Amino acid sequence: MNVFFVPYLAVAALIIIGLYAVILKRNLIKIVIGITLIESGVNLFLITLGFRENSTAPIYTSSPGGIMSLPVPQALTLTSIVIGVAVLALMLTLVIHIYRHYGTLDVRKIKEVEE
Amino acid sequence: MSGMSKIVKTMSAVVFPFIMIFGLYVIAHGHLTPGGGFQGGAVVASACVMILVAYGSVWTMKKIKEKHLSIFESLGAIGFISLAFFGLVFGSAFFYNFMANTQGFLGIFGDTVIPASTAADINTAGLLPLMNFALGLKVIAGLFAIVLVMAYATNKSKGGDKK
Amino acid sequence: MNNRDTYAIIFFAIVAVAFIFTAFNAPSFGLMDADDQPIDRPMDDKIIESAQEEVGANNAVTSVVFDYRGFDTLGEATVLFAAVAGVIILFRRLKK
Repeated sequence: MNVFFVPYLAVAALIIIGLYAVILKRNLIKIVIGITLIESGVNLFLITLGFRENSTAPIYTSSPGGIMSLPVPQALTLTSIVIGVAVLALMLTLVIHIYRHYGTLDVRKIKEVEE
Repeated sequence: MSGMSKIVKTMSAVVFPFIMIFGLYVIAHGHLTPGGGFQGGAVVASACVMILVAYGSVWTMKKIKEKHLSIFESLGAIGFISLAFFGLVFGSAFFYNFMANTQGFLGIFGDTVIPASTAADINTAGLLPLMNFALGLKVIAGLFAIVLVMAYATNKSKGGDKK
Repeated sequence: MNNRDTYAIIFFAIVAVAFIFTAFNAPSFGLMDADDQPIDRPMDDKIIESAQEEVGANNAVTSVVFDYRGFDTLGEATVLFAAVAGVIILFRRLKK
């Protein structure tokens, strides 16, 4: 078997570790870190799909010639990274408000609805 | 949060202009080298957050209030949308690049590029550098405002929370 | 809570095995299928060829972000603006 599947293995490892942190941990901050790991894995997968063998960057300034990689997946990854930053900021704001209201960060103790 | 020691304050004040110039270089050369609005805006916002960590959030909030930052961000967003509408007025479609290859609409950013050439001319690519400036301003003000508001509101020595 | 933990571990094990099986049988990195032919993408080849004449920029990625797919950048600017507005609104009551 060839060794060309290593980037896909890195993507699978990132998503599996992020999923483990979201499902099986009880602290809210660790769940937020798990969501960020899953987003990083998906961004890496988007860039991996746009590579050709023996190619250079799709920029013409002092380029050494030859075939170039695909520019469209790189543009989509830029947008995805910025959206990940925006979602992370709002998630952390909600975690701060939950801590001020309940006094604890344990997921199993927050589920009771009180007035 | 309170500030750090005197060595950290002095060194971060010395390094801050160099990082800001590098970030503005990445924004301005977005159509020639890798970079653009979002990448350069993140670099300059990191420099501003370094100043916030070194000097403390109470001192920084006295110098810069967040309503000034929100005016900068709205200016960047309005500039981006109005550049897109100018394409509708002067050209034929929304987002149309009406300044490229015309030898200068108002005398700026209009040179043509010979195909498959590897030289870098900064006077090219019509509407792209102006959009880069508007987006860079928006990203700098937005990211710095998020971190400043979060650092000021969770200050432990004020007791400013209600249940 | 023992019931819920057991179901969670079983589900996680199934998903992990599925991901690793997919990673080992993916197409080769940089090439196409089992015959190892190079990738043939007509849309990206046309963008690389005509990015210098139509847009006038040396950077193909920036010309895709701002000229060929400008609407996605408009949506991204809107998402960033909404996130900053939401954070500032949610922190107004905690200040003095």
